Amino acid sequence: MNKFDRAIHEIQTMDSMAERDQWVNRIHPLVKLFITVFYIATVVSFPRYALTGLLGMCLYPILLFSAAELSFGESLYRLRIVLLLVCAVGVWNPFFDRTVYAQIGSFAVTGGMVSMLTLMAKGIFTVLAAYLLIATTTIEKICYALRLLHIPKLFVTQVLLIYRYITVLLAEAERMSQAYALRAPGQKGIHHKVWGTFLGGLLLRSMDRAQELYESMCVRGYRGEFYYGNRQRVKAADIAYLLLVAAGILLFRFVPVFEVVGSLFV
Amino acid sequence: MHMADALVAPAVAATMYLASGTAGGYSIRRVRMEDDAKKIPLMGVMGAFVFAAQMINFTIPGTGSSGHLCGGMLLSALLGPCAGFLTMIGVLLIQCLLFADGGLLALGCNVWNMAFYGCFVGALLIWRPIMKKGATKGKIVLASVLGSVLTLQLGAFSVTLETLASGITELPFGVFVATMQPIHLAIGTVEGLITAAVLVFVHEARPELLWGVGETASEGKLTFKNTLIVLAAGAALIGGVLSLFASAFPDGLEWSMEKVAGTTELSSAGGVYDVLAAVQEKTALLPDYAFKGSESAAGTSFSGIVGAVIVIAVCVGCCQLFRFFKKQR
Repeated sequence: MNKFDRAIHEIQTMDSMAERDQWVNRIHPLVKLFITVFYIATVVSFPRYALTGLLGMCLYPILLFSAAELSFGESLYRLRIVLLLVCAVGVWNPFFDRTVYAQIGSFAVTGGMVSMLTLMAKGIFTVLAAYLLIATTTIEKICYALRLLHIPKLFVTQVLLIYRYITVLLAEAERMSQAYALRAPGQKGIHHKVWGTFLGGLLLRSMDRAQELYESMCVRGYRGEFYYGNRQRVKAADIAYLLLVAAGILLFRFVPVFEVVGSLFV
Repeated sequence: MHMADALVAPAVAATMYLASGTAGGYSIRRVRMEDDAKKIPLMGVMGAFVFAAQMINFTIPGTGSSGHLCGGMLLSALLGPCAGFLTMIGVLLIQCLLFADGGLLALGCNVWNMAFYGCFVGALLIWRPIMKKGATKGKIVLASVLGSVLTLQLGAFSVTLETLASGITELPFGVFVATMQPIHLAIGTVEGLITAAVLVFVHEARPELLWGVGETASEGKLTFKNTLIVLAAGAALIGGVLSLFASAFPDGLEWSMEKVAGTTELSSAGGVYDVLAAVQEKTALLPDYAFKGSESAAGTSFSGIVGAVIVIAVCVGCCQLFRFFKKQR
């Protein structure tokens, strides 16, 4: 599977997961968006050495993965970019921060090691939270939540159009790349002499497509305004979910629950 | 250059959301003022085009490697800075949601680092002044390469500042900058050359599609000259005036305390203070970024790890039971 196919497959998989009829999927999108942002903000607010406290935040993804019946393995693929980036930044911490933080036998755990692990944990948790949002909420519903937050219609409509046309243009770019690769075997990438014609051709076709799209929208009554149909109301269950999860996140942020539980046994 | 959520502190993320949101609000107002119904579908399809184009590898001459397009400069040269900026925000939002490329909390930073510089600085300070008297192949190449290099350098520098302001890395500022800037100089040059190749092709095939060609700089409120004046005035104000206050006076809380109590540090004891201090002592995992005591430190961490394992095991067990009973039904 080449990267175009992989990207298209990833988008379609996300779509089908978000459209399932699970109770997590039925929660109001605004509530899920708020909880996700709140969780991410709480995770990144942990101090650099607060590794044990931060570990408590893993419960939210664990519980939601199970409740939404999502495969944890599939989400691991998404971690590749973030882990690479986070490691590139965090890997230097053990070299610059050599303060001894704890001693395990003869092995000294330095502050740099702890802060690197904290950074990696933050990276993993935040990516998983965003994954849980998109795997249980369609882009249309996220856009609906953005509209409820008074994000301008112009922007939200544009996001929806980008999303709808990504798969179309990815498929077109894939066809062009395959055609090129068949005529230039063994060549890595597009030769610099045809950069302009290759991408320019795709660009002009995309612009023509935009014109056709505009005309077809006009035929269907588009006059510069989009109207959204099915409105989902915030129910009591949504508010209960919001309060419960937010309280849980705050509890694990300010109370060392793990240490309290651990001290009962040690 | 996409920043992950783990690399930003909430305060930095909020500041950058505010800055990017302001630029976004301005852009929406300008696009609405244009009142061009065709623009929204065009922005949508162009956003998808940038997305698809980013996946195509381009061979870099003389090396064994390949590069790809980022799109900010290209979009602003075709749609204008405001529409290009909004399109780039849409692309970055979808990239972060669907492909975990950049974080949701770090979106404000990413919009600023990649879209703001690419669209506003690149289009208004480089593309439009160069294209003022018409476009030629040489001018397009110059504007594209110069614009891409400059905007990527600014973006990379912003990444460094945002990461350091967030207190994430132990890397000294000089080392971090020296690592980031040269890499992005190479990336910017490749991006510029790809952008130039596409724009030269568009100029030859459909020149009317290029934005800002042959326009006089006096059109619109945000002209090159005005932009420079605003930037210079802002820099002078912050660097020359506000920094004096920052270094000379205490912060707001300390100032208030000094006015009320005659000192910036209050000492208290007894009653509520002692109760709250005890709560803080118990809840603060690592006061002053350090363990409470070297001997108890290992014990506390060990308790935490044991607790973590137990709580996670209980949760996973409950989830499995829940699934089991659900299947039984």
